[in-house]
Amino acid sequence: MKVLVFVEQRDGKIKSSSKEAMAAAHQIAGNAANVAAIVIGASGDALKDAGADTIYTVNKPEFKLFNVMNYAAAVQKAAEEFKAEAITGMASPMGRELFPRLAARLNGGLITDITSIQADGGSFKGGVKPMYAGKVLAKVEFKGTGIKLATVRPNSIQTTVSGGASNLVELTVATADSKIKTLEVKKGSSDKPDLTEAARIISGGRSLGSADNFKIINECADVLNATVGASRAAVDAGYAGHSMQVGQTGKTVSPQLYVACGISGAIQHMAGMRTSKVIVAINSDPEAPIFSVADYGIVADLFEAVPILTKKLKEIL
Amino acid sequence: MKILVLLKQTPDTEAKVSPKADGNGLDIAGTVIINPYDEFAVEEALKVKEKNGSGEVVIVSFGPADVKERMIKALAMGADRGIYIDNTGLEDADSLTTAKLIAASVKAENADLVFCGKQGIDADNMHVGIMVAELLGWPHVNVVNKLELEGKTARIEREVEGGQVEVYQVELPAIIGANKSLNTPRFASLPGIMKAKKKPLDVKKPSDLGLDMGQLKADMKVQVVSYNKPPQKPSGKVFKGEPVEDMVSKVVKLLREEAKVI
Repeated sequence: MKVLVFVEQRDGKIKSSSKEAMAAAHQIAGNAANVAAIVIGASGDALKDAGADTIYTVNKPEFKLFNVMNYAAAVQKAAEEFKAEAITGMASPMGRELFPRLAARLNGGLITDITSIQADGGSFKGGVKPMYAGKVLAKVEFKGTGIKLATVRPNSIQTTVSGGASNLVELTVATADSKIKTLEVKKGSSDKPDLTEAARIISGGRSLGSADNFKIINECADVLNATVGASRAAVDAGYAGHSMQVGQTGKTVSPQLYVACGISGAIQHMAGMRTSKVIVAINSDPEAPIFSVADYGIVADLFEAVPILTKKLKEIL
Repeated sequence: MKILVLLKQTPDTEAKVSPKADGNGLDIAGTVIINPYDEFAVEEALKVKEKNGSGEVVIVSFGPADVKERMIKALAMGADRGIYIDNTGLEDADSLTTAKLIAASVKAENADLVFCGKQGIDADNMHVGIMVAELLGWPHVNVVNKLELEGKTARIEREVEGGQVEVYQVELPAIIGANKSLNTPRFASLPGIMKAKKKPLDVKKPSDLGLDMGQLKADMKVQVVSYNKPPQKPSGKVFKGEPVEDMVSKVVKLLREEAKVI
């Protein structure tokens, strides 16, 4: 089965999480010869030997910034050139915006936020995706004969693939129209990955007591190279912005390491982070529900424990 | 300006959701609410109408019959009327099927602007609003934090990874998916609640929208075949009653040597 991988770039840099979409494509296609990649708005050189036989690029200045209509036109062109039977990408802010549009455009099936792929003998049956922020896992299958599209939840597929002939093909794609213009992308406050893509997260709850007190979480995050999250209670209390909220009405996360500080563990919070590989909970209440999902727990006041954690991590990292 | 709002219902965030014993469906214990992100969509539509001083806000829902109760709540917030699309026979509709029905109703209404929530907190898909935009050939921006309208042009901000903000200029008609930080939804007033019951709520079948039920069913692209519980973790190691420094040291050691994540 021929699979096209949508590879993301920001600021001309290929996003490392795209290797998971590539690994997913290999699981579906069976081998590198049936896998192609498309990168829009950057050079494809960085993708050599990354597992794709053909690398399509649309490396024009007007494609540098993400514009969903232009990007959909470019991916459609690559899919037609390659005769793709499936397209994979990441469940990132960009992938989430692009793939539903592609599915409607190509009249295909779409399963997003896949955590495991179901494929055998070169056929792509479907996959497992969390629903209700992770309270349940749904097994979703494709029906009919159309093109199959899927996005992978970051940190779900840990294998790394390589190889492929890496033929570079520059496509010519007209910009769609001016109904939507990307004026600019304002720089973020941090260069850390988004919560949804982060490999390490440290989150604070309402017991932090103020926005200022988040600095002890931030200090630990810097040592750990982690992205900072917050519980809904902390966000509602105004200690943290909504973009930091982990949980059912915030972000669903699945990092390698999740450190919950002063978070009691409301159902909606735990739904959003329970698929984390390793969970550490620090809470002064030994009865806090968060300890039921923690791999490692420390019953202690976070104002005492977190600075010590920062110090200990500094010694070894 | 005619503004449509796409609205669905979901269990509330504290609801217990678990697979049925045979995996064929879900047991849901909790209150049914307006999908939380759709409330931000309703609020934004009302704000735009108020700012323009005229116009109409129409709630559009596709789903089981009791979603009408949620639609009435949106009417109580101040929306003018509702269009309910009956899902009988299409209970297992996938995103694209839903989008086809909604797109047909948006077209029939000749809307200038459509709001939806950025995602349903049930299937967590973020599909339908975007698919509707593509089916209509309209622009869309999802996960929107900020909207400024100037005539037929919208300036829109949405936050992406690392706190970066994408800034768009979009020509209407367009579809906008509301994020939590877009606004603070109002509560329905008592007079609003009284009036809501008298506001028009039309019921449509797929055939009323020019779509063939058999064709819609035949064209479905994906289906959920079973639900499972997430794997239960074995209970972890919880340290208490020791000096904090010792407990932290033990956990750091375990993270490095046992879990191997640092």
